[in-house]
Amino acid sequence: MSLYSFAYGLALWICEVIAWVFNTIGATGIGGWLVTPGVVEFLQIIIVALIVFIVGFLVSITFIWEERKVLGRLMDRRGTQVGFLGLFQNFADGLKAFIKEIIIPKDVDKWVYDAAPVILIGISCFMIGLIPWGPDFYLANLTNGVLLVFAAFSIAPFAILIGGWASNNKYTVMGGMRAAGQLISYEVPLLLSVASVVVLSGSLNFLVIVQQQQDSVWYIFPLIIGFIVFIVALIAEIERIPFDLPEAEAELVEGWMTEYGGMRFGLVMLAEYVRAYVACSIAVLLFLGGWSGPSFIWPEVWFLLKVFLLFAFFIWVRGALLRVTTKQILGIGWKRLMPLALVNLGIAIALRMTGVF
Amino acid sequence: MAEMWLNMGPQHPFTHGLWNLRVKLDGETIVDADPIVGYLHRGWEKLAENRMYPQIIPMADRLCYGASMSWEHLYCNTIENMMELEVPDRAKYIRTIVLEAQRIGSHLMWLAALGTDLGSYTIFLYSVRERELFLDLMQNLCGARMTYNYCRIGGVRNDVPANFERDFDRVLTHFLNRMNDLESLMDRSSVFRLRMEDTGVISGEQARNLGVTGPNLRGSGVEYDVRKDDPYEVYGDLDFRTCFEKEGDSFARYRVRMDEMRESCNIIRQAIKRMPKGPYRLKPPRNAPKGKTGWAHVEDPRGEGFMYVIGNGDDHPYRLKVRSPIFVTVSAAPVMLIGYKIADVPAIMGSVDMCLGETDR
Repeated sequence: MSLYSFAYGLALWICEVIAWVFNTIGATGIGGWLVTPGVVEFLQIIIVALIVFIVGFLVSITFIWEERKVLGRLMDRRGTQVGFLGLFQNFADGLKAFIKEIIIPKDVDKWVYDAAPVILIGISCFMIGLIPWGPDFYLANLTNGVLLVFAAFSIAPFAILIGGWASNNKYTVMGGMRAAGQLISYEVPLLLSVASVVVLSGSLNFLVIVQQQQDSVWYIFPLIIGFIVFIVALIAEIERIPFDLPEAEAELVEGWMTEYGGMRFGLVMLAEYVRAYVACSIAVLLFLGGWSGPSFIWPEVWFLLKVFLLFAFFIWVRGALLRVTTKQILGIGWKRLMPLALVNLGIAIALRMTGVF
Repeated sequence: MAEMWLNMGPQHPFTHGLWNLRVKLDGETIVDADPIVGYLHRGWEKLAENRMYPQIIPMADRLCYGASMSWEHLYCNTIENMMELEVPDRAKYIRTIVLEAQRIGSHLMWLAALGTDLGSYTIFLYSVRERELFLDLMQNLCGARMTYNYCRIGGVRNDVPANFERDFDRVLTHFLNRMNDLESLMDRSSVFRLRMEDTGVISGEQARNLGVTGPNLRGSGVEYDVRKDDPYEVYGDLDFRTCFEKEGDSFARYRVRMDEMRESCNIIRQAIKRMPKGPYRLKPPRNAPKGKTGWAHVEDPRGEGFMYVIGNGDDHPYRLKVRSPIFVTVSAAPVMLIGYKIADVPAIMGSVDMCLGETDR
């Protein structure tokens, strides 16, 4: 049963129950209107969106928990211990962020200062909606889904830049500028490696791309160079160590979010992990065969398993490496990743032209 | 972006204490730097003038929380030189052992701080994990973990505990294995080398002119080590080498300290093997003659520590002067910083091993 048919059944049941209540009290007009297809489909879409967002945010905060635990083990300690297996830590953190006093520095550009976290969390929610979880489990099945996700991804550095600028602080300005500088180093190789996948599959639709991989092989095998480029650029995209320059806490205090406190900071952190979840999902969808796997468990579970394993790799990278500087990330982006991405694109075109795929 | 002054400190994650590094930035490039210290000034030298000689020992502990044994030993050494006391041999060996253990502990503390500066908590946690072993050894010896109050004028407070040799041997064997882990985590990491190599270069000539001492000077290729060049305690009888590197960059300073930790293990092993039996403490006189002076300099983990004392005829010193290695070294910060990016500041100043307690006194 697909997500939409499940939501349709639920919406129809809710509408019928409410309509029955109205009918029994004699308001048959409203009762009749409630079971019309328009109302039921509207409710159906809201239910699907709710499910997708709740699942997306739950996965994101589980990412935070996974990071704490795995990183703890890498560092020879246990990680968080709040509640059962440390699972309550996120809720404790959220509560703490909620009850903090809201401190807004003097002379900030109020509107822009408030807008930056809103843009970040809004973009993150938007991207959750674009990720399909299984052949039947998605919110939107767009023809140009890949394009839209990467377009949405590129808005985040913009929010960081204006947020850093509006905070009226030298550290935040430098953090924002670094986000912009970082953008030009990783965005081109990232999109070039995605282009190779699009060349092989001939589609910009996630479901079609996964279907193509199920029919042939996972694209990581022919496009291993592209996968490496993609993963490195992706770590830069989601601003994790070794590429977390905009929030380099050693030299820039807390980077662009120095002046954000309380729940604003909480939202920004949450948005960061939501973006990490979206990034891992894209990597799994484009290169690791999406939800394909032996059919003894549901495809959605395969998808989740791959996403969590990929994020565990990102955590490992964080545990092993340290932060690079702006000059070095530009060097890595333009001198190493860019030629590799071009080579990879050439391989993809050659495979396509010779008819292997 | 126009040039601007940026205050990195006194409340800033990279400062490890309370000091202010004002840097003038052109974009992200540092064009001028101005270190400001003194936020932690306690009037240590003046306080010492109003205390009896034994009462100053725990105060000397507080000069640097990272290397308190080194400073209390320097104080005791200075007073012994003024009073012309000959310390028993056993006490000298015990002092050498604890000084080297303190050096390893202090260098591990520095490594931990460098790790957080560069953005790797793994380095931080691995280093403090190894440091814990040396803190345990010290606790076994004198009951305290950070401020020991162990050296006495004319010896040490108590003899070594049971199983002292065995415990040290186990810890050193374990630690030398862990050193390989730490080095494979950092030396073989290309990102670590990218950050550390060719940053904060200071030539041997500049370093000497600015009065830089200790591992920071040896990182610039100057082979100067007080333990070797003017031996105190029993360093003259032991066989060890002076660790130095030629490059003068942050990575060289890092390598010098890592080599020194290995060399310290070597020194401890030799000293434990040769430790004689006998008394560990003598009874010092209460008073020092008026106008009599004494001085001592030792190789602190951070550089050359120096103390100069003038007797007042009673049990108080007339004057006690402290030369702190980092107070001098921090004046070389502009030389090391100018021309590099702001992202290099933690790598450069982290490799210097700041300690504000002794700097501001």
